[in-house]
Amino acid sequence: MTVQLWTYIFVALSFGLYIGIAVWSRAASTNDFYVAGGGVHPLANGMATAADWMSAASFISMAGLISFLGRDGAFYLMGWTGGYVLLALLLAPYLRKFGKYTVPDFIGDRYYSRSARLVAIFCAISVSFVYVCGQMQGAGIVFSRFLEVDITTGVIIGMAIVFFYAVLGGMKGITYTQVAQYCVLIFAYMVPAIFISLMMTGNPIPQIGFGSELTAEYGGGYLLDRLDNLSQDLGFAVYTEGQRATQDVFFITAALMFGTAGLPHVIIRFFTVPSVRDARKSAAYALIFIAILYTTAPAVAAFARTNLLNTVDNAVYEELPSWFSTWETTQLISFDDRNGDGRVQYSGDAETNELQVNRDIMVLANPEIAQLPNWVIALVAAGALAAALSTAAGLLLVISTAVSHDLLKRSLLPGISEKQELLFARLAIFVAILIAGYFGINPPGFVAEVVAFAFGLAAASFFPAIVLGIFYRRMNREGAIAGMLAGFLFTAGYIVAFKFVVPELSTPEHWWFGISPEGIGTLGTLINTVVALTVSRLYPAPPRDIQNMVEEIRLPGAVPAAVNHP
Amino acid sequence: MRDKHARAYWRANVRILAGLLSVWFFISYVCGILLADTLDAIRFGGFKLGFWIAQQGSIYVFVVLIIVYVVLMDRLDARYRSDSEKGVSREDQS
Repeated sequence: MTVQLWTYIFVALSFGLYIGIAVWSRAASTNDFYVAGGGVHPLANGMATAADWMSAASFISMAGLISFLGRDGAFYLMGWTGGYVLLALLLAPYLRKFGKYTVPDFIGDRYYSRSARLVAIFCAISVSFVYVCGQMQGAGIVFSRFLEVDITTGVIIGMAIVFFYAVLGGMKGITYTQVAQYCVLIFAYMVPAIFISLMMTGNPIPQIGFGSELTAEYGGGYLLDRLDNLSQDLGFAVYTEGQRATQDVFFITAALMFGTAGLPHVIIRFFTVPSVRDARKSAAYALIFIAILYTTAPAVAAFARTNLLNTVDNAVYEELPSWFSTWETTQLISFDDRNGDGRVQYSGDAETNELQVNRDIMVLANPEIAQLPNWVIALVAAGALAAALSTAAGLLLVISTAVSHDLLKRSLLPGISEKQELLFARLAIFVAILIAGYFGINPPGFVAEVVAFAFGLAAASFFPAIVLGIFYRRMNREGAIAGMLAGFLFTAGYIVAFKFVVPELSTPEHWWFGISPEGIGTLGTLINTVVALTVSRLYPAPPRDIQNMVEEIRLPGAVPAAVNHP
Repeated sequence: MRDKHARAYWRANVRILAGLLSVWFFISYVCGILLADTLDAIRFGGFKLGFWIAQQGSIYVFVVLIIVYVVLMDRLDARYRSDSEKGVSREDQS
């Protein structure tokens, strides 16, 4: 069977499954719609959180980025998993104890202010939009390559599916489809990784294979040594050595960590479990599920890079395997025979290099480069779609709750009934999907880069406001609002300036303190914290009942009554 | 804080967090970034230690940290509950 036929089968099966789950888990109340009735088992919530949070960027782009960055790629790995530690220790249990629906709910109540709530709504919507565009774009790439429809049609199909189960099921539908999506995506990620590891090193565990010796067929010697030598011979940087300035790596890692902890669609997942204890447990499950993919990704990156260098370097263009020309038609690989010898010269030297490879295709092309069976290649497509759609659904839910619950019910139209609120929530998802789809078709940049900015913005706006709200009882509304605005505007300003206004100046010499736009969220977080602490001193302490609320969320609460897990 | 049990609970909680976050900082920022080049001098199998910590080891440590946190907090919660049931000065807390 051809790859395309297999892809149709896998995609149709997985989509059928998601739709089936959505129908089974329709939301009846706003409580169901926003937090799945608060009765999700921690294990299921752990899987859903993992799928929610592992986006198209994790699945499609991350290994590719690492494969081109070498050791520096570790900032994605440590940043996106280390942030989980912050989330589990500093936020999840307390927000669960607080026991409302959304992040703006917490900010609005904790800082007893409609303006604080509005600022939080604004930040939640902007962060989620930036992030959701990346997902739609990721889905578009998969559709265009594997189903050979154009990106526009691809994005529209993706939108229709997400629309169906997000609108019907709300958080409840999304949670249980995400559990299924986690299973699909992890299976799709691991199968090719195990195959390739076995083929190249004889070890079925990619995490170990990656530090093992190559099989005789691949020339023996340690894989990473071979990769270092190959890279050096071709004029690329040594794979296992860092290239970026240490402070830049430090700041990018921190921005991704604070950002992970501040992402509203991840935080919101901890509102869905029955108790504080379950919130902690489900954070642990989630990180275990995430770690499976995250420890495999660097191995995939090294395998893919070695394979790519081995396959294309100095190969006769006419004799290259068929995947090369299929990816060429999507323009994600391009070859320009500058010296006219009919061979591919792939080099780190821009003068003689003849090959351009888009980083986003490494995971998708990897099984083909390694000549794995067709069904494995198709499986990867289904997995990538699961990753993109699960995250998109979680984000769309945040956008819709921000509009229907935070903006309408809690701020502008407090009189609306639950039924009307539910209707507005569904309408908001619909509008959000249309806008996200538009940006998916007219994308602003690389998938992972766009996502990295969302993390910077989340870090600079939410993270300090929530942490200070829990750990610093005297933090008042003036401090929190000033901090969030300062952090958000500073970070957004820096990113917009260097990425869109004067992109030609975006080099280490011009960056402040050598920090790239990807890492600036860390500075934004610090600015937010300093501004919040300073301004809070100038105004009176928060009212008594707010201080009591802070004390209340710090305590573990009663032993949770038995909850019937659906 | 409402009573001494609650205060003690919160202090113990903050102590646990401080301990775990120090490990978190040390493994990722110190070993994985600042000292990575130095640690690269040590090799095991095909891995250089600094590279391995940055791309693998830190993630395993993060998983262990969260599991330790879950266990310690469950114990702390249980102790707090039994203490505050014995205590008389405390209001109902739920």
